[in-house]
Amino acid sequence: MKIFFALFKARNREYLRDRGTLAWNFAFPLLVIFGFALGFSGAGRQIYKVGVVQSTGAAGEMAFLKTEYVQFIPVTDIKQALEKVRHHQFDMVLDLNGPKRYWVNETNPKGYVLERILWGSEGGVRYGKEVLTGREIRYIDWLLPGLLGMNMMFSCLFGVGYVIVRYRKGGILRRFKVTPIHAGQFITAQVASRWVLVLATTSILFVGTDLILDFVVYGSLLNLAFVFALGTLCMISLGLLIASRTQNEELAGGLLNLGTIPMMFLSEVWFSLEGSNPWLAKLAQILPLTHIVHAAREVMVEGAGLWDVMPDMVVLGAMTLVFTAMGAWLFRWE
Amino acid sequence: MPPILEVKNLVKLYPRVKAVDGVSLSIREGICFGLLGPNGAGKTTTVEMMEGVIAPTAGEILYRGAPTSASFKLEVGIQFQSTVLQDFLTTREVLELFGSFYPKSLPLEELVEMCSLGEFLNRDNRKLSGGQKQRLFLALALVNDPKLLFLDEPTTGLDPQARQNFWRLIQSIKAKGKTIVLTTHYMEEAQVLCDEIAIMDHGRILELGAPAELLRKHFKGARLELPLTAFTPGSDFPWRFTRHPGRLDIETEVVNDTIQYLIQHNVSLSEMQVKNPTLEDLFLELTGRELRG
Repeated sequence: MKIFFALFKARNREYLRDRGTLAWNFAFPLLVIFGFALGFSGAGRQIYKVGVVQSTGAAGEMAFLKTEYVQFIPVTDIKQALEKVRHHQFDMVLDLNGPKRYWVNETNPKGYVLERILWGSEGGVRYGKEVLTGREIRYIDWLLPGLLGMNMMFSCLFGVGYVIVRYRKGGILRRFKVTPIHAGQFITAQVASRWVLVLATTSILFVGTDLILDFVVYGSLLNLAFVFALGTLCMISLGLLIASRTQNEELAGGLLNLGTIPMMFLSEVWFSLEGSNPWLAKLAQILPLTHIVHAAREVMVEGAGLWDVMPDMVVLGAMTLVFTAMGAWLFRWE
Repeated sequence: MPPILEVKNLVKLYPRVKAVDGVSLSIREGICFGLLGPNGAGKTTTVEMMEGVIAPTAGEILYRGAPTSASFKLEVGIQFQSTVLQDFLTTREVLELFGSFYPKSLPLEELVEMCSLGEFLNRDNRKLSGGQKQRLFLALALVNDPKLLFLDEPTTGLDPQARQNFWRLIQSIKAKGKTIVLTTHYMEEAQVLCDEIAIMDHGRILELGAPAELLRKHFKGARLELPLTAFTPGSDFPWRFTRHPGRLDIETEVVNDTIQYLIQHNVSLSEMQVKNPTLEDLFLELTGRELRG
């Protein structure tokens, strides 16, 4: 344990004293988060969105459905549609099957306006009104789990993969090799150091940005921490695997980019792959970031519990085991 | 008493290259053993096999008469030719880090005093001068109080003051009874520090023994150096001579007779120098004068 703690402490010191890298680790995600928060705030959507539940012909000649500047979206899953009302993604849901009724969110002013339009256009006919509550899910709320996951990915892959290759190229690993330390002690210390530092950085980022942007977190923070903790471990193990034998930084940089760039675009960090080519969606499933972002988003935005995101957790756990085993097996000091 | 380190028929093959070709030597405890050779002679490969850094293709390495085991790492200290340490760590932190790798390590104060590290103990290791870095690397090699110390070209790139300072350090370490295996390009360094040397080339040992013995074996008498303008020896000149740029070297076992001959031939001796052969002469004699890569 003495060796483990000495290596752990040394790596932490190296990271924390590298002011440039440390500052960038905070500056980059902050720039992206605030940039997107600013870019997607303001007037918002110019049209109203109404989910309409109806069987064929049920709408008849309903004047409300001809209202301009209102987008009427047919829905089949009413439960899902009501969740969207809660999150302000729909301003109203109208059920035209059976006794006509509608749902609005009392915290969404657009619902109030739509309600008035509905009453006016239907000649005073009152429909059954259901009131929901729930905060608006802004794009930044949806985006945040992805941005945090992406930042973790970069920090883990480059912070472990690139650093180990630099150690190897500079001869640090060679110097360690002639001492009594084992590869396992070295690797464990590197993993532990990066794990603690990335989780600490992510927590600071989360709390700091939340104070200003007031994010939606429907699920438990503990569950979110668990998702990020396992996700970080998975990314670190992938970094270890990439660095296990790589001899120079140029090749390491190429391999790390080969891993990070597809994840950045295919893991639903910025946009959903819903409706995209099925093979693209399948490809995304083999990327660890997809599972981190999906699980974190489910917890934060949908209020999912750990059991709900268990498939993602199982995949991340399995990937961690495979990457770690392969990385340890392939690892060479020189 | 068996030698502290012995290698028998050591061979290292790389694809298309036989880097080490049947090296055998033994090193007595408490001496400084020098391994000399031109670039590409195979000395670093030989030393790295002795250190346990690379595995030999064939041959045997015995530490105190037995094959090296895991405990070998606890009893040796190694200073590589060039080492990079973790960034942002001070001299003190690096020493503490390496000290933690061993079950028993020397107290920090002792290392600081032994290698004169006091003035830069709290300085970032990246900001040390060449000489300071080498002293720190030496301290790292000594951190476990090793019985056997490997120093691979420890003074390469140092200025003369730093080099002489380093030699004094090595002598003081040797005085503590430690065995030192030194590889160097500097013949003067080997002459000052080594009790025994091996001269290698093309992966083989060409000569092995105490420097003075080897010089006696290969050179008889002394060398007279004259400016080329002072004298042009004819074909009947009785002693061996070599022309160098601006200089003529005459090798003679009978210095008085040679000087007498030169006086008889009206050669001005005002710029003549009498020199004893050095390890450098021996090195060049054995390995040739052609430029190596």
